[in-house]
Amino acid sequence: MADTAKNDAFVEFERVQKSYDGVNLVVKDLNLSMPRGEFLTMPGPSGSGKTTCLMMLAGFETATHGDIRLGGTSINNIPPHKRGIGMVFQNYALFPHMTVAENLAFPLEVRKIGKSEREEKVMRALGMVQMQDFAGRRPSQLSGGQQQRIALSRALVFEPELVLMDEPLGALDKQLRETLQFEITNLAHELGITTVYVTHDQTEALTMSDRVAVFEDGRIQQLAAPDKLYEEPENSFVAQFIGENNTLEGVIKEIKGGVALVQLDNGDLIDAKPINVTEAGQRTRVSIRPERVEMDKSRLSPDAHTLKAEVLEFIYMGDIFRTRLRVAGNDDFVIKTRNAPDQVRLQPGQMIDIGWLAEDCRALDA
Amino acid sequence: MSDSTANGLVLAADGTPLKRSLSRAMRRQKMRAFMLVAPLLIFVLLTFIYPIGVMLSRSVQNDIVPETLPETVRVLGAWDASIGELPNEAVYAAFMRDMSVAIEAKRHTRLGSRLNYEKTGFSSMFRQSGRKMKKLDPITDAPFKDKLIKIHKGWGDVETWKTLQTYSGLYTSGYFLNAVDARMTPEGMAWQPEDKQILLKLFGRTLVMSLIITGSCILLGYPIAWLLANVSPRNANLLLILVLLPFWTSLLVRTSAWKVMLQQNGVINEVLVWIGLVPDGDRLILINNEFGTIVAMTHILLPFMILPMYSVMQTIPPVYLRAAKSMGATNWTAFWRVYFPQSIPGIGAGSILVFILSIGYYITPEIVGGTKGVFISNRIAYHISSSLNWGLAAALGTILLIVVLALYWAYDRIVGIDNVKLG
Repeated sequence: MADTAKNDAFVEFERVQKSYDGVNLVVKDLNLSMPRGEFLTMPGPSGSGKTTCLMMLAGFETATHGDIRLGGTSINNIPPHKRGIGMVFQNYALFPHMTVAENLAFPLEVRKIGKSEREEKVMRALGMVQMQDFAGRRPSQLSGGQQQRIALSRALVFEPELVLMDEPLGALDKQLRETLQFEITNLAHELGITTVYVTHDQTEALTMSDRVAVFEDGRIQQLAAPDKLYEEPENSFVAQFIGENNTLEGVIKEIKGGVALVQLDNGDLIDAKPINVTEAGQRTRVSIRPERVEMDKSRLSPDAHTLKAEVLEFIYMGDIFRTRLRVAGNDDFVIKTRNAPDQVRLQPGQMIDIGWLAEDCRALDA
Repeated sequence: MSDSTANGLVLAADGTPLKRSLSRAMRRQKMRAFMLVAPLLIFVLLTFIYPIGVMLSRSVQNDIVPETLPETVRVLGAWDASIGELPNEAVYAAFMRDMSVAIEAKRHTRLGSRLNYEKTGFSSMFRQSGRKMKKLDPITDAPFKDKLIKIHKGWGDVETWKTLQTYSGLYTSGYFLNAVDARMTPEGMAWQPEDKQILLKLFGRTLVMSLIITGSCILLGYPIAWLLANVSPRNANLLLILVLLPFWTSLLVRTSAWKVMLQQNGVINEVLVWIGLVPDGDRLILINNEFGTIVAMTHILLPFMILPMYSVMQTIPPVYLRAAKSMGATNWTAFWRVYFPQSIPGIGAGSILVFILSIGYYITPEIVGGTKGVFISNRIAYHISSSLNWGLAAALGTILLIVVLALYWAYDRIVGIDNVKLG
């Protein structure tokens, strides 16, 4: 999959497999190559193998099969402490018996860096996260956000080329998470570090990364830039996992001129863009984003198919309206409309017609 | 509003000061909490604190002398011992009167035993004189000085009266001085003769051996505790059962088992001889010495070291080691700089527990210690049950208690008691 940058690849996984018990594969045939300086996130549900991948890269797990290369050399047999990879953990893993400054000095000390140079680097690293004033504190005297800032600067203080982050913002509240997301991406780009960022939060994946590798069932389901991932999911898992999504199930009637005619299970006909369906008669799951559903017939082509929908619930969310509909037997069909002065507020029980552009509706695997 | 502040006081809704109404509300809670503790508190007070207090107070009590010889003590107070002459007839007459009362009540032999702790010979002197003095009348047979000296020449010895005078107070520091190999003489404090100095040596040995036992418990227990904290919960449970198994066996059985293992015809020696490591005629002496005590006590006290260590190590997430390694630390550096410092509270708790237990240990040194491996507690037991010198036993016990408290205090100053975690 997407072995685009083979030549200047910095991190490479080649046919990597991992099994803990000799019966099940946790990671199945992983191929990935990252250019230097890329920020790659690995979202995925728990148990999808994303953390295992990260741990194999860090050296805490060994690959059962395959090759992991860093800067062109295989690191399969290099112990973690010689890999020179910075790492940020979910629960910060700041050493509680050391002060902030001692924590940051630790990686420099084990590298036998002299005291004056050490102090200078520590202060510089603290400066990167605006935490210079906290050098003398113990980790327990800091808030969660502050601790994660320190953990971040500790992972950067010895100037690694590659930094791994294992759900670093998982334990923080929403607002702090958003601030730190921004800080982390800025810092990574400023310093030109290659970053692998594991998360189960798909918004984090979308907002932070250059590319996203969606994990499920031990495989990368799709590796793409965030916008491409959201707008053009390649299979129904990715469509479901990234962002909000409406699905309708049916059978392909015909594929003609890049448009698939889909007969839904209740008999209605709709147009969709065929993605991984090839022939008539195949079962399919069509995916449409809530904000791409159109209620205004004038915006659709005259011969476009429309569906009858019953309004079940109207939720006012401030910036947007979220309306839940019953469409073709699906009670969880959601549409989102912008809160504009001329926008109608639908009433429960109301019957409306909805439709969409064929390219916004993707016919995926069932 | 309820938080109206007339003259600076915060008032509750009904106008009473908030502080008072809060303390009234809390009183019930406090009472209930106290009632829950009360049964145990009373039990401990009656069966532990009070008897210990009574026992320890014996270390300074000396009322047997002034109570048995009230008049003698009073008259003897005026006698100047430094001149070196025997006391005058008044003292002898008073002594005779006191003794006839004491002999009637059969209390003079007890006084003899008491004074015998200070100067050997008193016990037999009182017993023998008692029989003969019974025949004298305390009033009509005066004067008594020469008669008493005739009954037992000890009454003609200035030293006898000096000792009596020295130990005539209600309280004495004599037992404590004895406990540290000294004694109280009419001239003041003096060391015991060389051949009688054993208690300080015993204290020293108890401390040193307890430290050795604590040290070997740390060395043997640390890897086990680490293993316990780092294997899967199933295996950890099994291991924990193995660690606790000795607790379910009688202490006496375990100690006796060591006797079987360590004696010259025991398992270890037999095996060593069979392998050829040790010649048959020159078997190792593993028991009835310090070595036997240390081995057996280390084994017995090991669980007390492992359990606190384990409970502390359980709380150290393995992610710290990973973090350290990701920063470039070798396995050893990661352990020594990151894991070990966090496990110190467990070592501290285990060490205090093992050290305090071993410093007062009795059964094991008694069985496997021989003469070279016994502890101060064995000496205390001897004075309690064999020599019946309870005063000295109490003094030894008090000193032991003070030493433990002092060490505890020192530990608190150096390591900090907050650094001790039992779970």
